[in-house]
Amino acid sequence: MTALISLRGVQKYYGTYHALRGIDLDIKAGEFFSLLGPSGCGKTTLLRTIAGFEGLSDGTLKIDGKDMSGVPANLRPTNMVFQSYAIFPHLSVAENVAFGLRKSSMSKKEKSAAVKEALDMVGLGGFGGRASHALSGGQRQRVALARALILKPKVLLLDEPLSALDKKMREQMQVELIRLQRQVGITFILVTHDQEEALVMSDRIAVMFEGEIGQMDDPETLYRAPNSRRVAEFIGKMNFLTGVVTTDGGTVSVDVAGLGRAELPASQVPQGTVPGKVSIGIRPETLAILFDGETTQRRVVDATVSEVVYYGDMTYYDVRIAGVESALTISMKNLIGRPVLDVGAKTKVIWDERSLVLLPA
Amino acid sequence: MKGSGLKIYAIAYLLFLYAPILLLPIFAFNDGTIIAFPLQGFTTKWFGELWTNKALHDAVGNSLFIAMMTAIFATLLGVCAARAGAMASFPGKKGITGFIMLPLVLPEIIVAVSLLIVLRQVLDMQLSNWTIIMAHVLICTPFSIAILNGAFQNIDPALEEAALDLGETRWSAFRLVILPLVVPGIISSMLISFTISLDEFIIAFFLTGSNPTMPVYIWGLLRFPASLPVVMALGTLLVTLSIVLLATAEYFRRRGLARAGIKDSGGFL
Repeated sequence: MTALISLRGVQKYYGTYHALRGIDLDIKAGEFFSLLGPSGCGKTTLLRTIAGFEGLSDGTLKIDGKDMSGVPANLRPTNMVFQSYAIFPHLSVAENVAFGLRKSSMSKKEKSAAVKEALDMVGLGGFGGRASHALSGGQRQRVALARALILKPKVLLLDEPLSALDKKMREQMQVELIRLQRQVGITFILVTHDQEEALVMSDRIAVMFEGEIGQMDDPETLYRAPNSRRVAEFIGKMNFLTGVVTTDGGTVSVDVAGLGRAELPASQVPQGTVPGKVSIGIRPETLAILFDGETTQRRVVDATVSEVVYYGDMTYYDVRIAGVESALTISMKNLIGRPVLDVGAKTKVIWDERSLVLLPA
Repeated sequence: MKGSGLKIYAIAYLLFLYAPILLLPIFAFNDGTIIAFPLQGFTTKWFGELWTNKALHDAVGNSLFIAMMTAIFATLLGVCAARAGAMASFPGKKGITGFIMLPLVLPEIIVAVSLLIVLRQVLDMQLSNWTIIMAHVLICTPFSIAILNGAFQNIDPALEEAALDLGETRWSAFRLVILPLVVPGIISSMLISFTISLDEFIIAFFLTGSNPTMPVYIWGLLRFPASLPVVMALGTLLVTLSIVLLATAEYFRRRGLARAGIKDSGGFL
């Protein structure tokens, strides 16, 4: 399958500031793709180069096989949902949605039918006559979506579209965006700094740092097998320990500070691993507290609780183990009958070699 | 007791500002040629004389024409400058903006004298309404920019990009999205430029050709004590007109802000 959007060696300079440092990227038709990264990583710049608002300093950008150099934003088969929504304040909801149809050859009747369909699609049926400044944040978001989708673009670009909404509204819109994307089958490219949002919504995610793509994978791979410490830190919560890798024939084992030696299954050894110092990542949910009266076949280590954060459904414990300077975070579901430990409690931590993520030191 | 001193000061200050202007309508309706108390009785004959004075009508006609042209050209330049200032970035932008705003603080007499020299000695142009228009555009443009800057800077740059993204060209995006949003600012700018030009005296006095503007004509009338009450009547009309124009300008400026959903931050009134 050929890529709908294809970037090769894309560079972008603002004066001396190097905003994009060699981006290679292929996005398939119908894919929900996310550009994820901290602020200033270049994700929005990348989106704006695809939209045509920023030129490339070097490299090529092809959309649907056509080179986009010199093609202005208004002639590209992309439409954008802006972070501020950019709803035209002097136009009604219906006029906003119909804006892109101004130059189409549709009759008046067809246009108003298209507007109605677009508004129905985003759940704003009957809102056409409203003044746009009388809308709530979530409604403005939907108008922006309808306005962009009415042109049936090949690619819909979304620039942090949910960042201005409150938590409940944001979660609701995430689900709706996924539903909408499946319904229309258009390629969505989402820019976000919210890793949870990216994990929930995307088919694939590119994690960006300082103008480069650090890792590009599906959400599960990204979460389970980050390729570097900065990706591991950015996606979800991660504990870091130090370790030393040794190889003996086909088997790779690692001596983890504070936990002990573990033999790693082949699937968990990244390609190119060589003996020596490494960083070991462990997700909080892959560790567990051994509560009184429980037993386990897995390995345990003595620990002292140093911090307890109660979330209702979960409790996050920070525990200290001998030989490790920083605390380890462990998340535990608050199952029936399970107590919440106090700070200072002596306990045991269950761990498993399958939860160790080998990262470059 | 603490507040009463300030209260007296405030009242005295307002009297100082507006009492002289209040004299205008009083003597405009006074039935006597001498501008002094006690009043001689009520009359509207001075306003009647305004109706029949051909030279005055010509002067008013000149002034209206000049003010209208000034309003149009100053606002046109103001739109260009404010839009460039708000949406584009280019080298030396701050310096250029500073230079454009400079006429705001230049003494008008200096501007008038230097313009007279340039127009007569260097360019060898005949003085006419158009020379005054050029000079008035010069002094009104900074006001226009100051007003329009507010209008343009309050617009989310993403609005223009959204229009481009939806298939419009730069020009049609400006026409369909930006222009409607700055219309209140444009009206406000035109009204203020019009008002400034209408009662501007120094530059008009230097650059006027054979046809005086209204302020220059009024100045000429002052040499004849008998015509002072007519000047008072004319002044009454002008003050009323100025207040109406400025209030309208302010109304449009505030409506523009409200339309863009922005809190008010200053303005001329």
